[in-house]
Amino acid sequence: MEALYVVTVVALILSAIFNKQKTIKGLKIAWKKFSKILSSYIKLLILISIVLLLTDKFIIQYLGGSSQGIGLLMGLVLGSITIMPGFIAYPLAGVLVEKGVSYMVITAFITTLMMVGVVTYPVEKEYLGTKATILRNVASLIIALIIALTAGLLYGEGF
Amino acid sequence: MSKKNKLDYTIFIIFSTFVILSFVLKFDQGIQVGKNFMLFAWDMIKILPPAFILIGLFEVWVKRETIEKNFGHTSGLKKYIWSILLAATTVGGTFVAFPVAHSLYQKGANFSAIFTYVSAASLLMIPMTIMEASILGLKFTLIRLGVSLPLVVFSAILLGNYLEKIKYDLPTKE
Repeated sequence: MEALYVVTVVALILSAIFNKQKTIKGLKIAWKKFSKILSSYIKLLILISIVLLLTDKFIIQYLGGSSQGIGLLMGLVLGSITIMPGFIAYPLAGVLVEKGVSYMVITAFITTLMMVGVVTYPVEKEYLGTKATILRNVASLIIALIIALTAGLLYGEGF
Repeated sequence: MSKKNKLDYTIFIIFSTFVILSFVLKFDQGIQVGKNFMLFAWDMIKILPPAFILIGLFEVWVKRETIEKNFGHTSGLKKYIWSILLAATTVGGTFVAFPVAHSLYQKGANFSAIFTYVSAASLLMIPMTIMEASILGLKFTLIRLGVSLPLVVFSAILLGNYLEKIKYDLPTKE
């Protein structure tokens, strides 16, 4: 995070030294783009804050308490509709391992958590368009399934 | 302000009212929603302004030819390597990757490159990957990345070819 600020400040200073007009134009573009998309980000935040009501307990219960097949499915679904920062997701995954949840199910959950964004839809569709957004997320879901099955295989878990 | 923006802000006002009322009436779930919102909002407030400033500078300084040469049709397999490297260093994951991808495309990157970039950005943030390896083991991380990255590139190529065939265009944003 600090790196982002360092890079931005250095870039701004260099840019201003080389060409003031261009820098101002760049800042104007930045502001225009930001103010146009801000409302979509707010919508995204609202969705996230509601989805996060799904508590750790709920997730542990649903991923842990069922057969491999259902666990896999639940992992894919819960991961797709949820979004959480890594510093929450990975410790949660650690707990799941301790509870004896299979790596296949955990992989399904973690991968879709990162790759499939149902709640990021409001922002993604503004930039990539509805069609590309849906296709990209479907492709990601399929990839997540393949990764989960591979993990299951490589960890020697029965199906 | 556009119609869509007005609607979004109306939703936001209703949402805020709900959260404030939850605090007053001690409605636990509403309070939790409010706290979640603040947690993520704070993250975005920190990340988005510098990210958009960099995007603005990118648009005025980077030449179209540079992007075409490295992320466009003429660049062959190189563009996927660039896309993945750029993704690994994108702070903020997909939240930042979406607008960056859009700007790259406007400068001449092709579809398969930007889809590789967006998907890779969600998969491999370096600090998160280190945390993952320390909690779930290096084997887990290697399986996840080793299987996913080739598939991401492969699916981006398929998707890119399809979108080009139907002459798809990204929504324009100024």
